[in-house]
Amino acid sequence: MKLTLHVWRQKSRDDKGRLEIIEANNVSTHMSFLEMLDVVNEDLIAKGIDPIHFDHDCREGICGMCSMVINGVAHGHQKGTTVCQLHMRYFNDGDHIFIEPWRAKAFPILKDLVVDRSALDRIMRAGGFISVRTGGAPDGNAIPIPKDDAEKSMDAAACIGCGACVAACPNASAMLFVAAKVSQFAYLPQGRVEREKRVSAMVAQMDAEGFGSCTNHYECEAVCPKEIPASMIAKMNREYCRALKKETCGESAKSWAGA
Amino acid sequence: MNNTAVARARSFPLVLVTSSIAKKFVMALTGFVAFGYVVGHMIGNLQIFIGQNQINAYAKALHSMGPLLWLVRGFLIVCIVLHIWLGAQLRIENWVARPDGYARKKSLKTGLPARTMIWTGALIFAFVIYHILQFTVRSTDPRFEELFDTLGRHDVYSMVILGFQNIWISGFYIVAVGLLCFHLSHGIWSMFQSLGWNNKRSERWLQGFAWIFASVMFLGYISIPIAVLGGFLKLPGGVAL
Ligand code: HEM
Ligand code: FES
Repeated sequence: MKLTLHVWRQKSRDDKGRLEIIEANNVSTHMSFLEMLDVVNEDLIAKGIDPIHFDHDCREGICGMCSMVINGVAHGHQKGTTVCQLHMRYFNDGDHIFIEPWRAKAFPILKDLVVDRSALDRIMRAGGFISVRTGGAPDGNAIPIPKDDAEKSMDAAACIGCGACVAACPNASAMLFVAAKVSQFAYLPQGRVEREKRVSAMVAQMDAEGFGSCTNHYECEAVCPKEIPASMIAKMNREYCRALKKETCGESAKSWAGA
Repeated sequence: MNNTAVARARSFPLVLVTSSIAKKFVMALTGFVAFGYVVGHMIGNLQIFIGQNQINAYAKALHSMGPLLWLVRGFLIVCIVLHIWLGAQLRIENWVARPDGYARKKSLKTGLPARTMIWTGALIFAFVIYHILQFTVRSTDPRFEELFDTLGRHDVYSMVILGFQNIWISGFYIVAVGLLCFHLSHGIWSMFQSLGWNNKRSERWLQGFAWIFASVMFLGYISIPIAVLGGFLKLPGGVAL
């Protein structure tokens, strides 16, 4: 089939950027969206034109690298799917497809569809871990964990950190991401030790990076390729409330207030 | 942000006005207070249907609370100021967070109430100012100061009827209350989410509850101007203007 792509082209961080029309001929319905772009790029290279730059890695929906807003929807209109898992059979011959990068102040565009998402890494570095001495692997089930909690933690841990929540949010808020990363630990005994410190530090970093804040539009949940529910943000808010309480009333307030 | 900078968590009480989530807590709590007031105010107003004596006695009872009345008013004013201040601040931060928009953007879940909170809020504020000038300060209509019932109380009953007999004033009131309930249709469930009192199961119920509650409040409030315009609530004999 034949498609007309309207692709965001931007030479560098400082370039203004613009939508360019690129015709894609010979698109097979068996291709994934990224394979379609590969074919278009080969064509561009053959013509001596700079290919469309986009992020990708695993191409099996687990790494969270692929990132584009397709016809106004982050990762495209197929629910619970990353761009790499989106297939061309969901498009029709003659379609016009708008392809734009994630847009947020905290995600500067580097080139075309490639944005710098290291703000998310810095949020992880602020508290998205547990402090343990590494050593021999602990015995399985040494720490009993209720099935319910294990399930909830796993649901949160499904987040691949792609940043679609930020891209879709009218406020460019990263709260669904942070909520998932806070909750995956907060449901487990290993994570509870540092829970207050963690949520406090991660939220502070999130704010410092210039992300917006949640006003409950639920656009994030609608595009999340791992279908993480926006109610996860309520869990983060509970954790944060706990941290505030501990900080104001708890004995250990001093030990980590400036963490 | 450069690659190594790590933000420091702020401590109480500064965190309440600097952290995004703490600000949302304050929004929700002040919103809840305003919501509580709006519900109470509607129930108070509906006493007009019981009769002139009831509503005038109610108004008199409120005014005889003296310093307590001002304590309550002061608390409400502080809450509204915080609500507006933080609401505006969050809104501006959220605009700044997305400096360049998309050429194409589809909304999948959000609705008009959620997207217009700051505008419905601002219009509600403008209305509240007018409403206070009209019925509390009574500076919009010279007749309102002169109304007394047979017991010598200020005649709130006749004042409301006189006010709403003007179709423009009634119309403006109905639109304003509509905007308030629009704000609340998102706000009522939003505050639960903001305070963390929500999960996947409660969500549908909270959203349904918010819509129903906002609709009931809309009907409750507009029943008064409609009853006046429809001639169901009439001026008592003796009030001839
Ligand atoms: C009687 C008047 C009002 C009531 C009952 C009310 C109620 C509420 C409630 C319950 C919320 C939800 C809080 C949350 O998201 O957690 C809210 C949010 C909000 N209100 Fe109000 N409010 C009133 C007046 C105003 C005014 C005067 C403004 C400002 C101009 C305003 C602006 C906002 C904004 C910007 C939000 C945040 C919206 C969001 O999170 O999506 N409100 N309000
Ligand atoms: S390329 Fe890894 S998730 Fe799409």
